[in-house]
Amino acid sequence: MAGRQAVKAYLDLLSQPCRALLIFLKHNKIPHTVELIALRKGQQKTPEFTKLNPMQKVPVLDDNGFILTESDAILKYLATTYNVPDHWYPKLPEKRARVDEYTAWHHMNTRIHAATVFLQEVIFPMMGQPKNPVKFEKALADLDGTLDMLENMFLKRQAFLCGDDISLADLLAVCELMQPLCSGRDVLKDRPKLLSWRSRVQSALSDSFDEAHSVVYQLREKFTAKL
Amino acid sequence: MVRTCEAQTRLSKLFQKMSLEMYLDLFSQPCRSVYIFAKKNDIQFDYKKISLFEGYQYSEEYGKINLLRKAPAIKDGDFCLAESVAIMLYLAEKFHTPDHWYPADLQKRARVNEYLSWQHSAIRIHGSKMLWFKLLIPKALGVEIPKEKIDNAVEDLNASLNLFEEKFLQDRPFIVGDQISLADLVAIVEIMQPVGAGMDVFENRPNLKAWKDRVRAEIGVELFDEAHQAILCAQESVKTMDPKRMEHFKPIILRYFLS
Repeated sequence: MAGRQAVKAYLDLLSQPCRALLIFLKHNKIPHTVELIALRKGQQKTPEFTKLNPMQKVPVLDDNGFILTESDAILKYLATTYNVPDHWYPKLPEKRARVDEYTAWHHMNTRIHAATVFLQEVIFPMMGQPKNPVKFEKALADLDGTLDMLENMFLKRQAFLCGDDISLADLLAVCELMQPLCSGRDVLKDRPKLLSWRSRVQSALSDSFDEAHSVVYQLREKFTAKL
Repeated sequence: MVRTCEAQTRLSKLFQKMSLEMYLDLFSQPCRSVYIFAKKNDIQFDYKKISLFEGYQYSEEYGKINLLRKAPAIKDGDFCLAESVAIMLYLAEKFHTPDHWYPADLQKRARVNEYLSWQHSAIRIHGSKMLWFKLLIPKALGVEIPKEKIDNAVEDLNASLNLFEEKFLQDRPFIVGDQISLADLVAIVEIMQPVGAGMDVFENRPNLKAWKDRVRAEIGVELFDEAHQAILCAQESVKTMDPKRMEHFKPIILRYFLS
């Protein structure tokens, strides 16, 4: 948009919602700068960052002084402020409602279950905490239930989660489902429908997808090299 | 121009009367927000009262409405929709509700969305736990929850309420500026849940209490109290609940809360 200054995104690419935001910015050529916040170094807890976001979380968007947190709020704000293709967050109420339905459900389903698998398998061992087999099995089972819902409730016979075109829902979901890959675990490997969906999403996002996920691929290499 | 829009809105509301079905159990927080929103905005709907405790969400019939098997859900003609936030955004758009509920200004709207996003894994989850830990689990399983677990849950809820006051409310009358929005509505119904469990969340929180009183007044005292009648009688009604009727909850509860 002419005359509009670049937005600033505070990100750590190890964070799933941060990747979704970066991909969206790059793919839609939205002018932006990135400030990296290293979660592993506790940079989200500095007084400076806490002033920006008292929740001490990433991502954060700074649109020329307008500070916004929460990735789905940020993505919806960008989708409606900038001239991005309609399919990301359709204007038609019934189509938009489908995306809103997914982004609401996402928090306590896709996000929490995929993240728990990652935490149990990658982060806790890194921090020297023993893996809890009972909790880990539960996390895998919960994720399995979520993947069933993704297939049967959202995807069904469609190309993407909310219809024939990629939307914010697919972007948020795919970034979460890539996280367990850090330990070499492909949670979609026995699910051909979701594997095809992921391929379609990756194709639609082309370079920006792999660029954003480079840290995931690096971690995967490190992790699987140890085995 | 304005009169034409008003007339069109009244007409569309009239035609919607029989075609909009809402599946609600007012024991559930998100059902209350949808109920209040629809009633406050004079949106006509066919009220399908369901009982989550009796397991209606697991029926074949309900599976055709909402495969997620949660409440609320709506059926508008052939269009089925789940998730209270999505439902209210859809209704706000369709019925042209007053701007303050979900502002057209994109930055104000983003603030509402920010709260609606944050609350899922914060106030909602921690507030819900209190009802389960203090009332429903003891009733359904006949087991008291270990004190440490309850104390941790109370701590989590307090931490969320602190963040709510410090970040979302601050010294404003409502979450997004001077008028009530969907953010306040979603917040209040969640905060009332632990109240139903016997917890006085407003004790030592005068700012929060003042906000609650403002929200209740804006919604309308009668409507607010009507919507909250079931949850505020929870402590009494669980005494008369038949544990056998809650058998279907046991595996879910065990996995979710006690593992």
